[in-house]
Amino acid sequence: MPQPITTLKGFGVTFKQIFKKPLTQQYPEYRRPIYPRFRGRHRLHLHENGLEKCVGCSLCAAACPADCIRVVPAENTADNRVSPGERYARIYEINMSRCIFCGYCELACPFDAITLGNEFEISEYNRDDQIYTKDMLLAEPIKKVPVADRTLYDTPIPFYESNS
Amino acid sequence: MTEPWWIAIIEALVIVNLVMVAFAYLTWLERKALGRMQLRYGPNRAGPFGLLQPIADLIKLVRKEAFSPSHAIEPVYIIAPIVSMFTALAAFSVIPFGPGWKIDHWHVNGAVANVSIGLVLIFALGSLGIYGFIIGGWASESKFSILGTMRTCAQLVSYEVSLALSVLGVVILGRSLNLSDIVHRQGEFLPFAAPQFVGMVVFFLAGLAETSRVPFDLPEAEQELVAGYHTEYSGMRWGLFQTSEYINLITLSGLMVTLFFAGWHGPWHLGPLWFVLKLLVLLLVFIWVRATVPRLRYDQLMRFGWKVLLPVATINAVVTALCVVAF
Repeated sequence: MPQPITTLKGFGVTFKQIFKKPLTQQYPEYRRPIYPRFRGRHRLHLHENGLEKCVGCSLCAAACPADCIRVVPAENTADNRVSPGERYARIYEINMSRCIFCGYCELACPFDAITLGNEFEISEYNRDDQIYTKDMLLAEPIKKVPVADRTLYDTPIPFYESNS
Repeated sequence: MTEPWWIAIIEALVIVNLVMVAFAYLTWLERKALGRMQLRYGPNRAGPFGLLQPIADLIKLVRKEAFSPSHAIEPVYIIAPIVSMFTALAAFSVIPFGPGWKIDHWHVNGAVANVSIGLVLIFALGSLGIYGFIIGGWASESKFSILGTMRTCAQLVSYEVSLALSVLGVVILGRSLNLSDIVHRQGEFLPFAAPQFVGMVVFFLAGLAETSRVPFDLPEAEQELVAGYHTEYSGMRWGLFQTSEYINLITLSGLMVTLFFAGWHGPWHLGPLWFVLKLLVLLLVFIWVRATVPRLRYDQLMRFGWKVLLPVATINAVVTALCVVAF
């Protein structure tokens, strides 16, 4: 049955909304702080003495369901010592256009050398630019992403941040 | 008094361009108002308050590839949007927006074409405009387009009956089919919205369906279908269909202002300003309806058109005629 009175009430409801402030977040100007455990683009980490944590074991590549990690290891020598282990990653590449940001590489890594960072604005004009090399993954990220205060959330501190 | 032909041409040129600009900014207004009613901002990136958004849309549409299906019947496929655009623009020509002026011993009409059967002409052009939708969907050689065409045409044809009948009361009271005469008569008497309230409501509802606006937007049904008759159109050809739909809306609102709200008549003799103001308010009401009412089901649409609007419009016309004869 048609209900004219309630329909007219509905007109009042929509009219009232005009005077309220829109809820839209204006994205490029306002960046909403991301969740502390957000999985963004990867980072490779260094020890305090400057050596790379990665030992080139390729466990991350094996764990990767999207098959987007390529590791080519090489032997550490006395005059070219890159990592504390026997070998190091001569080539370490992640294809960001294939990565699904599942975090399995992070879980698989025995030395917590690779973690997922906060950056999510990784669009490029060129497909080749989506392949991140070891230098890019080791460097500090250029874009700073606001992260929400961890104390606001009931979330555990990851192992690699509490023990390193 | 008649105006020289060259003034008519200049006037037509000005009005056509004004209507196009009005269409462009109607889309902006609609997106903006709809956004605010849904707690969004609407377009706000291109220019201040998103005012350049219609121009950006136009540039995007013109530059886009005009794709056509391989089996499309090419000449008809191209003509269809042009037909609907032409009829939409032509229909606006009889709507009076002012009392007529005398500029330096030349008489300028208050409408592009002051036709003695202006009302009939508008409905005739509206019916012709449906051909654009029919041949557009048919020439696309796509079953979805044809289905969309059938939905559109069934709706437009059945609501056109009520639309024309709802106007009958105004014609009886105005004693003319000339829109300028009807406006003059409302200036002497009072806006026909008061004595013809039922006619106005029927005209508004049938007009919503006729321009396929929201509670009756089954031809498009953007949340459910890709599109209706214009599924296979892209680029500016699609843009022409869209433009014609919005210009039809402007024309219909203009017609409603003329028939029921005394057109350019109003206190302080503001002339065309009153017409534009009333038009704007009416268009905002159309947008408001879009923000509020959910879409009808197809059988509800047909039932409402044939079993509610048509009898009401007929009774309204008969009662008005009886009253005019009796008093």
